[in-house]
Amino acid sequence: MSPENAVVTEVEMITVVIDGFDVTVPKGTLVIRAAEKLGIQIPRFCDHPLLSPAGACRQCLVDIEINGRAFPKPQASCTIPVENGMIVKTQLTSEVADKAQKGIMELLLINHPLDCPVCDKGGECPLQNQAMSNGRTETRYEGVKRTFDKPSAISSQVLLDRERCVLCARCTRFSNEIAGDPFITLNERGALQQVGIYEKDPFLSYFSGNTVQICPVGALTGASYRFRSRPFDLVSTPSACEHCASGCSMRTDVRRGKTLRRLAGEDAEVNEEWNCDKGRWAFKYITNKERLAHPMVRGEDGELHEASWPEALARAAAGLKGKRAGVLVGGRGTVEDSYAYAKFARVALQTNDIDFRARLHSDEEASFLASTALNLTVSYRDLDRADHVVLVDFEPEDESPIVFLRLYKQVRKRGLRITTVTQVMSRGSEKLQASAVASLASVTELTDKSVILVGERASEVTGQFTSAVKLASSTGAKIAWIPRRAGEVGALVAGALGNLLPGGRPVSDAAARVDIQSAWGVNNLPTANGRATWQILEAASSGELDAVVIGGVDPLDISTEALGQLLNKSTFVLSLEISHSAITAIADVVLPVAAVSEKSGSLLNWEGRPRFFEKAITESLTRSDLRILSMLADEMGTPINLPSAKAAASELQAIGKWDGAVISMTESPLAPAQTVSGNQAILHSWRQLLDLGTLQGGEENLAGTARAAEVVISEARASALGVSSGDLLSISTARGSISAPARIGKISDSDIWVPRNSLGSQCIASLGAASGLVVTVVKA
Amino acid sequence: MAYSSEQLAIFDSIIARYPRKRSAIMPLLHFVQSISGYVTSEGIEAIAAKLELSTAEVTAVSTFYTQYKPGPVGEYHVGICTNTLCAVMGGDAIYEAITEHLGISNDETTSDGKVSLERIECNAACDYAPVVMVNWEFYDNQTIQSVKDLVDGARAGNPPAPTRGPNSLRTWKENSAVLAGLTDGLASEGPSAGAASLLGLNLSKEGK
Amino acid sequence: MSKLAPVLSAHWDEADSFTLAGYKRHGGYNAAMKALAMAPDEVIALVKDSGLRGRGGAGFPTGTKWSFIPQGDNKEHYLVVNADESEPGTCKDMPLLMANPHSLIEGMIIASYAIRASYAFIYIRGEVVHVVRRVQQAIADAYQAGLLGTNIGGKGFDLELVLHIGAGAYICGEETALLDSLEGFRGQPRLRPPFPAIAGLYARPTVVNNVESIASVPAIIEYGNEWFQSMGTEKSKGFTLYSLSGHVTNPGQIEAPLGITLRELLELSGGIRAGHTLKFWTPGGSSTPLFTAEHLDVPLDYEGVSAAGSMLGTKALQIFDETTCVVRAVLRWTEFYKHESCGKCTPCREGTWWLVQMMRDLEAGKGTPADLDKLIDITNNIAGRSFCALADGAASPIISSIKYFRAEYEAHLTHGGCPFDPIASTLFATAGRA
Repeated sequence: MSPENAVVTEVEMITVVIDGFDVTVPKGTLVIRAAEKLGIQIPRFCDHPLLSPAGACRQCLVDIEINGRAFPKPQASCTIPVENGMIVKTQLTSEVADKAQKGIMELLLINHPLDCPVCDKGGECPLQNQAMSNGRTETRYEGVKRTFDKPSAISSQVLLDRERCVLCARCTRFSNEIAGDPFITLNERGALQQVGIYEKDPFLSYFSGNTVQICPVGALTGASYRFRSRPFDLVSTPSACEHCASGCSMRTDVRRGKTLRRLAGEDAEVNEEWNCDKGRWAFKYITNKERLAHPMVRGEDGELHEASWPEALARAAAGLKGKRAGVLVGGRGTVEDSYAYAKFARVALQTNDIDFRARLHSDEEASFLASTALNLTVSYRDLDRADHVVLVDFEPEDESPIVFLRLYKQVRKRGLRITTVTQVMSRGSEKLQASAVASLASVTELTDKSVILVGERASEVTGQFTSAVKLASSTGAKIAWIPRRAGEVGALVAGALGNLLPGGRPVSDAAARVDIQSAWGVNNLPTANGRATWQILEAASSGELDAVVIGGVDPLDISTEALGQLLNKSTFVLSLEISHSAITAIADVVLPVAAVSEKSGSLLNWEGRPRFFEKAITESLTRSDLRILSMLADEMGTPINLPSAKAAASELQAIGKWDGAVISMTESPLAPAQTVSGNQAILHSWRQLLDLGTLQGGEENLAGTARAAEVVISEARASALGVSSGDLLSISTARGSISAPARIGKISDSDIWVPRNSLGSQCIASLGAASGLVVTVVKA
Repeated sequence: MAYSSEQLAIFDSIIARYPRKRSAIMPLLHFVQSISGYVTSEGIEAIAAKLELSTAEVTAVSTFYTQYKPGPVGEYHVGICTNTLCAVMGGDAIYEAITEHLGISNDETTSDGKVSLERIECNAACDYAPVVMVNWEFYDNQTIQSVKDLVDGARAGNPPAPTRGPNSLRTWKENSAVLAGLTDGLASEGPSAGAASLLGLNLSKEGK
Repeated sequence: MSKLAPVLSAHWDEADSFTLAGYKRHGGYNAAMKALAMAPDEVIALVKDSGLRGRGGAGFPTGTKWSFIPQGDNKEHYLVVNADESEPGTCKDMPLLMANPHSLIEGMIIASYAIRASYAFIYIRGEVVHVVRRVQQAIADAYQAGLLGTNIGGKGFDLELVLHIGAGAYICGEETALLDSLEGFRGQPRLRPPFPAIAGLYARPTVVNNVESIASVPAIIEYGNEWFQSMGTEKSKGFTLYSLSGHVTNPGQIEAPLGITLRELLELSGGIRAGHTLKFWTPGGSSTPLFTAEHLDVPLDYEGVSAAGSMLGTKALQIFDETTCVVRAVLRWTEFYKHESCGKCTPCREGTWWLVQMMRDLEAGKGTPADLDKLIDITNNIAGRSFCALADGAASPIISSIKYFRAEYEAHLTHGGCPFDPIASTLFATAGRA
């Protein structure tokens, strides 16, 4: 049942008789679903509970009478809502329904190829299964089956075999109704009707993989999985997505130690039955050739050499013990791993210099996180019921795609009002029919049913968090923080931040420290608020810190200087990483860690909802961060006693949420608007969902559907520059430049937008900054 | 974008006819055909841009309707009705004879680009069977010879006038403009009604 | 007294019948002015009381349809006229619009006023350029004369009328497919409910009526219900256009009171073509089950035809004599339904595709008599299973032809092909000018 139905308290209930059994269901329930409630499976193809009824395949025909009046012909049970006095006879009790269903099945099969043995869907195919359960044993068709050229690549990652298609329109309805991307359509008509794209425009939707999953036959297949496996050879494990804070439930399918595919899991409260293509297809990073297999230690020759675990741990302990060290957690870790970092920093390193923010960040943000973001009281359900949603420096389609789907659903369903605080109108905002405002000061008409969603990029606008918090408190609107990465909310709760101990306990609060001391059995904890990421890096560079422990961090996500700051010869760098990276290249000791599918644990999504998962690749011998940190702490003689994720989870749970006074928000004034003239412009950017992100490595088919880099400029700037959409522009700073085609869009004349980390547009690397910077824009 | 500003202004005027702009997709496709003779990719992209639709959505519509052509047709597009009644009354024989005469078959165009051929379905002129449509103008009560004369005339540049239509036959593109809702001022040409349409009226006047 | 009743066709023999002047010369637009002086509900009541039923095939009472439009709902209402006329055999609306387009426009003014619509559409099929011209011109002239646009006839009623031109799709004659097409989508039928009266065009209350139904309204307003009801039968009131085509001496349009028989129509018009006999006919287009000579005296009204096992449909009387092979005729219709199937639902899309193959085999004499039973069984798996009535239409000629002419099907099998000479059934064979 969909959540919005669940929250309605007064639902009229209707009782109908199906195959002789009474069933009582809410008014509006379709007959096919009322039957499900009785355990009666009516065969179907086009029906999908989350898509609008189509009545197209006609497989679910049943006999219906209402108050003694029988319909003259069998009815599609997927389109008819229950009514009082209704008596339904399915194939189980009606010969007419049974013959109708067998007749439809025969018609569906006359043009369906008998290629089940080589079809990816074979073994898990609704057509195959229902042909067995509800079909005739033999066909009476003697003609030649319809064929098409195959496969047709509707994008680099989705292939279409049209002769297998039963034209149920699930894929086209999904694309249009759920994703808002009507790039695949039913074309031609009659017996030649077929799913297709416009020849020049491939199916570039962030959500295209869902069509593969809901295709009831083998017509749509994923290029990366095609011909790779049989479903009965796969071992499936429920899992959680590590790619963003939406918190999708997933299923990981593994064969002999290797992940072959991932599917969206079902969770009505979160992702319903959908996920994004990154979540579905970006999993090759764990098997790429850059994957670290062994610990490595930098030798006398200055090179990294493979080392044994004891040797590497000893070297790491020596580099850290008694030293002034900081910890950069990454932001992609599990709750348990982040907790281990938090505890390791305080217990083994005696410092609060720990920060999970491996990206642009601010002190104002740390104050917001401690004072507001920790509340975690807003949920997807609040979005379903909201009267107005305000997006603050947050692009849901790129930065939290399931939040986007949820908002889009409400926009379609009831015209949910959305306001976005941004400098540029994105495609996602267009789909949400959002009104764009440049500043929170322009946002009006909020009530206690409104929700303000603040993205991590608010840290890039001084005063933005302050304004958002003020707006929430003056209007009663709910406020929530939606970071991009999957581990940040968990890390916040786990205390992987300089001003917070686990459970949201302020470092500055003596009682809070006592809580933790007693939980951990230690006599003292550092009392000063720790450094933020940027400060840790500066301290490493200046020599104020001797060592840095770094989880999964890409220094170019933070700044151009970050890597150089770590290169201070006297600074000891310990890197815990999955694969070789810029950090491992300069580290003194590198310890290989397990990827999400190789360990168990949990992530907290933006709502604060835990997403537990088990180890999917059971054969994996890799160790999780927390296991390694625990071993290292033992080696240092300052044990943190976290032998397993389970142990970490129960310890964190026992500590519980802080019930004392929370840190109040330290207000920052809004930065004055910058002014530019001539060829100058203020740079804006965000990371697109599919870009050069580390965890997307190794999956070319997915990369092929990324949105190409473009420079968004206003009409006025375009005419001033004498360019039209598609013409190449060059954006430059003293550091370097980016060239990409122009797109004339809705953006203020003084601003420009480029993707932050896409092929051909890497802002920090090329321009030295990602937002707020004044750049020069010229025709290339 | 190669459409002229005059053409784009017509796009806008067509869109303006409707309370919601998506409704303009069909006349716009006819208009694209009046410019290029068929539905070009340029046309699909221009319509998608004007109506704020995806190109796939425009393609879905253009491939649904048989009057929208995916490639060039002749200057004179000849449709021979071979639905049951016309087929029985001679449409089949005409179709067979004309394919042989022109050396082309269904959905093909003569090498000079003048005449293309299509088997068409019932065109709502059964009382004038067998019926042939050229550029969607009525040629009533046809025979094999009359259609041979018709296509020969068309290839020579002087096709005979339609039975119930304007005084002279217009080209495919010209008539496509009418289907886009643009007027050509020829409404008053041709008879009010053909003879068969007057059957009952005349019988009544005879006192029957 | 004449058995015929030329009303809509009364002046088609005048050279300017399609012009505003020609129309006004015979009292044109008086009815609209009369209606605009009445209350809208009075107009609905009058049309309801007249007994006028839909002339597009289904025969639903026109006034009742109008009365379904919710009033006072503060929503836009729309009137959409179905001028897609594409059912094989049907050829009445096109000559009507070519010769007398103003009767439709006047009817639309009245209907729109009655249902409180200020926007109306004519959805006309695209394969009839000259009819399009006539309607375009008529609309333009009506605007010019103040009969469309704002403050029509000074009565304070506003109406915008848009001519929407189709592009070749029989299915768009189905009213919900028509609405989707008019909204700019593929013309595929919609789920019902909601019905158009509640959520039609742009999800607003909408009346969809056939051309002839609306064009009949002005005469009813002008001459009254007593006059209208003096024609026709008990439940099928008034006059209508019968379209006679095929193997008759004189094909054409005959406007007559409902309930006239084919025998009467043939007697009036000159009969079956000389030297031949009636074999089978359709009462209302190819989707209506075939009739034979035994049905010559069936009253051609909604009830009469229905009681005899078919449907009045569009009153498209396609007449075939003994030279016609029924298998060939039915195959062609089957090919038509396959060509026109929209593709949305399985039984129609796959079924018509299969039926064509089976019918082709039978026509070619391939198969056994058992294949006829298979054909019937598969046809029955299609009829009544599909999303809309198109597939039911495809089944009608097959089932009814086997019912009456099973032996002829079997003769194809024993003969090893079609035993008929196709040339014998052509017009040239009669006229002797092949």
